Amino acid sequence: MAKKIYERPIIRPLNTGMMNKFGTRTEYLPVTHIDGVSVKSLIKQYGSPLFVFSERQMRENIRFAKRTFETRYPKVQFAWSYKTNYLNAICNVYHQEGSWAEVVSRFEYDKAINNGVPGDKIIFNGPDKTDEDLRVAIKNNSPIHIDHLDELYRLTDIATEMKVKPRVAIRVNMDTGIYPMWDRFGFNYETGQAWDAINKILASGKLDLVGLHTHIGTYMLTPSAYGVAAAKMADLALGIKNKYDTVIQYIDMGGGFASQNTLKGSFLKGSDIVPPISEYAEVICTALLNAGFKNTELPTLYLETGRALIDNAGFLLGSVIANKRLSDGRKATILDFGVNILFTSFWYDHKISPAQEFGMHTEDTVLYGPLCMNIDVIRENISLPPLNAGDQVVVHHTGAYTVTQSMQFIALRPAVVMIDLMGKPHVIKKKESLKDLEKNEEMPEFLKQFKLV
Amino acid sequence: MRIKKNIAVSDTGFLFNPSTGDSYSVNPIGMDIVQLMKLNKENDEIKKAIMNDYFCDDATFEKDFYDFTMVLRNYKLLDDE
Repeated sequence: MAKKIYERPIIRPLNTGMMNKFGTRTEYLPVTHIDGVSVKSLIKQYGSPLFVFSERQMRENIRFAKRTFETRYPKVQFAWSYKTNYLNAICNVYHQEGSWAEVVSRFEYDKAINNGVPGDKIIFNGPDKTDEDLRVAIKNNSPIHIDHLDELYRLTDIATEMKVKPRVAIRVNMDTGIYPMWDRFGFNYETGQAWDAINKILASGKLDLVGLHTHIGTYMLTPSAYGVAAAKMADLALGIKNKYDTVIQYIDMGGGFASQNTLKGSFLKGSDIVPPISEYAEVICTALLNAGFKNTELPTLYLETGRALIDNAGFLLGSVIANKRLSDGRKATILDFGVNILFTSFWYDHKISPAQEFGMHTEDTVLYGPLCMNIDVIRENISLPPLNAGDQVVVHHTGAYTVTQSMQFIALRPAVVMIDLMGKPHVIKKKESLKDLEKNEEMPEFLKQFKLV
Repeated sequence: MRIKKNIAVSDTGFLFNPSTGDSYSVNPIGMDIVQLMKLNKENDEIKKAIMNDYFCDDATFEKDFYDFTMVLRNYKLLDDE
């Protein structure tokens, strides 16, 4: 008789309690391939853990988003949000699809320039722009989105000194009926701060007010809030036209569209509750089209969505280091990736699939990372089939903010691979080495030697 | 190490403890082990039987068997106190 495939023996109590209409077992199908490339071969070639990006999925996402907005509004421009993922290869996929760049720091700004994005197609956001940053942005004719009055005054001085009229927008925050209200960026709509800033800009004549920008939140599950925001932005733009006879060229609605990740504490999975991008598009475009703009003065709609365009294109592959039993009887599995490279696990319950076949039984498990730190918990509780040391797992929806927020802490950061449209993997970032880590360190002469006894 | 005599074991992977009313589900290999324990097999015999039926190395089974029996003991299903 042929031997059977081994699976760790498990026993779990059957609890009676509230009925769960969703059952206890969901989506635990093995994920053995990504875009036709086997997980095992990727790990064998590039090591574990490993970030993998699907070029196909990224292009599908941006094309779908563009189509969704462009079929509802005549003038739409996407700008790739660099902070979401600024690996150059990733940025260039979106630039090839026609996206401009949206940056929030000088370092991101320089990355966009180095990637070949023309200066006038780099939107410079964020509260931290030095005088030098502003000068560079002015020289490159980049639209500068002003965050606070200090910046407005500095920019006005610099523009006077340089004898140019920079293209600017103001960032506007507002009450859209959602909580928390993001009021730390930009000028408030309801209290009149936004109008004060607009009046200062247009009265001075030193800056060219070309746009209005808002970004109402992140992982927004309520599309109607965007409709409120778009209506308020349109109201400002029309007010500017009436008062100053100045046509606002664009309204930047920022980003914040949710991806299909599941927020911690959410009863339902993200894939069940996240609105489709068409719902965001519908309310934004309808609000702008109904606002009362003349056809010739319809502002271009800028969108800086990042998360929704890349989260499902990123995967983190990893391996099981060990299993153990905690003192309260819970099973614990230690993986070779932790919160150092999966920072998003602090607020998401990431979907995690085994990368090999398994039986029908599952066990409630705590997933720990490899760091010798108590905070290193990937999932507090997940129902998984028994995994053995050496088995592999695939973490889903890791495209947004994982690479950019990853920390070099205790472990070196892994390689990043992109699978192209032909199913061929390419390294887009090499695995970090000790040399990389120490290249900026310096050792004072008096500390170079020591003796241990 | 033996399963308590009063524990009811089904062929389809369920255990029932009539003294507490608790029931449990067990995966197929766990069921094989429980059945062997019910037959009063010694640990070495259980190991040999499982290794004979499944693709597994000594060390892996030893670790997993240790963990499995620890859980059985935790659920008070063993008669080895």
